[in-house]
Amino acid sequence: MAQIFHRSTNTLSRVSVFGAVFFIAFLLWLFDAVNRSPYITQQGIARVQPVQFSHQHHVGAIGIDCRYCHTSVEKAAFANIPPTKTCMNCHAQIWNQSPELEPVRESWRTGRSIEWVKVYDLPDYVYFNHSIHVAKGVGCETCHGRIDRMPLVSQHPSLEMSWCLDCHRAPEKYIRPREDVFTMGYVPAGRQEEIGEKLKAEYHIRPTRELTDCWTCHR
Amino acid sequence: MADAATPTPPAEKPATTTGILAPGYSFTTLTDKIASIALSRRTPFVWFIGAGVGFLLTMMLLTALTWLLFRGIGIWGVNQPVGWGFEIVNFVWWIGIGHAGTLISAILLLLRQPWRNSINRFAEAMTIFAVACAGIYPAFHTGRPWLDYWLIPYPNSMGMWPNFRSPLIWDVFAVSTYATVSLLFWYVGMIPDLATLRDRAKKLWAKIIYGMLAMGWRGSARHWSRYETASLLLAGLATPLVVSVHTVVSFDFAAGIVPGWHATIFPPYFVAGAIYAGFAMVMTLAIPLRKLYGLEDLITMKHLDNMAKILLATGLIVGYGYVVEAFMSYYSGNTYERFMIWNRLHGPYKHAYWALLFCNLVMPQALWFRKVRRSVPWLFVIAMVVNVGMWLERYVIVVVSLSRDFLPSSWGLYKATVFDWATFIGTIGLFLALMFLFIRLLPMISIFEMRAILPEAKVREEEAEA
Repeated sequence: MAQIFHRSTNTLSRVSVFGAVFFIAFLLWLFDAVNRSPYITQQGIARVQPVQFSHQHHVGAIGIDCRYCHTSVEKAAFANIPPTKTCMNCHAQIWNQSPELEPVRESWRTGRSIEWVKVYDLPDYVYFNHSIHVAKGVGCETCHGRIDRMPLVSQHPSLEMSWCLDCHRAPEKYIRPREDVFTMGYVPAGRQEEIGEKLKAEYHIRPTRELTDCWTCHR
Repeated sequence: MADAATPTPPAEKPATTTGILAPGYSFTTLTDKIASIALSRRTPFVWFIGAGVGFLLTMMLLTALTWLLFRGIGIWGVNQPVGWGFEIVNFVWWIGIGHAGTLISAILLLLRQPWRNSINRFAEAMTIFAVACAGIYPAFHTGRPWLDYWLIPYPNSMGMWPNFRSPLIWDVFAVSTYATVSLLFWYVGMIPDLATLRDRAKKLWAKIIYGMLAMGWRGSARHWSRYETASLLLAGLATPLVVSVHTVVSFDFAAGIVPGWHATIFPPYFVAGAIYAGFAMVMTLAIPLRKLYGLEDLITMKHLDNMAKILLATGLIVGYGYVVEAFMSYYSGNTYERFMIWNRLHGPYKHAYWALLFCNLVMPQALWFRKVRRSVPWLFVIAMVVNVGMWLERYVIVVVSLSRDFLPSSWGLYKATVFDWATFIGTIGLFLALMFLFIRLLPMISIFEMRAILPEAKVREEEAEA
């Protein structure tokens, strides 16, 4: 009887049996790598805004406080985007002829809001409240990075759920005194673990069991 | 019978092969008989009817599941308080059915029971197809089947692990291990036979396909030695699974505090029930198969008799489970437990419970009689009744308990919708379709294992003649 398979089939079958394992492992790794890459998470990718507003200039160079524009951050879930009026407080006087700022003046004339592109866009099934984080000593910088060095704002963390849980599982590693919440480039005055533990008790931060309950964020 | 004519059976060698292979076979005729079913050009007309029905019902299953994906699980009858309806009932039913295949292939192999040799192959196929049908239910019952991979523990961007304290996650491990080991066992056991088919096939494409599946098996001494090791290892792996898989399935219930679930008898009672249901299904398949393909010589009355005895024995264990459940509900002195049994006997689902008692407890007692065990129609009827009974058992456990729990204000009845039924009957269709494809394309009886018992059967045959 003639052979059905050529001699090389032996090698082929061995390679394919062993290769399949590595190939599947590679595919799984690839899927995970893409899933965690900025392509999916948008981490570190600056968005194009209707006005090329520079936080680096306004926060870093001029030294405007976060709360001058984001007025509701201490009291509400949403840290508001300032109305055009806030821009015009200064820009009615300075740079009031700049072509860069024409969209601002147009908004001022017509009364139509500037449509800023949201950078930190959490899924709708996540409940997030700025005020509680500010009240418990989470610095702006902790989540938003060095805003004072960003000409255009990009997302500082990955915003993956594991990133949220990093802090919810061990808040003492990240919190700072309330008076330093709005400080950029904060350096703890001592060992973070000790300060964190002390603040955790002082600010009555809930135990991890409660901070990591499903309903804490998914209400 | 041959054993009646044997004057003195040798004491050290029990007459294990007696009656499990009809006289008059040689190696060639035995191989021909089994291999020709898969290699023959002619397909029996009944096959087309059976496979056709299976195919149409599979299409119904796909339609029902597609509609489910569009509309969500609201199209099923599950809702508060009965969140586990047909989906869990059918899942447990199918998983249970699979257990007989594993018992036959693993435990009876280790116990050196040669009568398993003619039924193990299709019983293992039954196991795999039953597990496939079972897997559909929890996969879709999650409501978002495209996220089912969340059930697997892997380092993920959510920073989360499945809840390892929940029996439901143990179930994922138990069932996936079971499916993997069963598939491996089935396939490895089939390799020598696939080589036989490769060598006997006439068509080139058949030679190539069987040849690839046979993985270069040439039947050398080294091959056989490795095969024996692999088969023993797999049997050793599969043996604990016979007990563990349904034990874990029973934990899904027993770990809950619902009356009628929270009982320590559940693991052994579920395992016995699984083997009971499984053997009923093996009989349901074996009886028409041997008739259709004229395999009465290979799957003999002795086989049916043995299986009937296992059915009777496991049925009695299941019956013991029912008695203990009833006794414990009385003995606990707990109002809710007592109400649970009263509700089963007199409540809105009393017909299901009474029917279950008849099917699983009363009807199989007929198997005490040798006449019944030797009557093919009776055996078929009893096997079908047990199939129904075991389904009813799961229905009673799931639905009756959930519909009437602690607070009367939260009571509510469950009614299966047309989509529940379409999915259930659809999986039966899928099972049939897979089974018919299997018997047409693969050796449904293990050729080499039958050849292995031939010499001893031959000796007995000659002894009987002398």
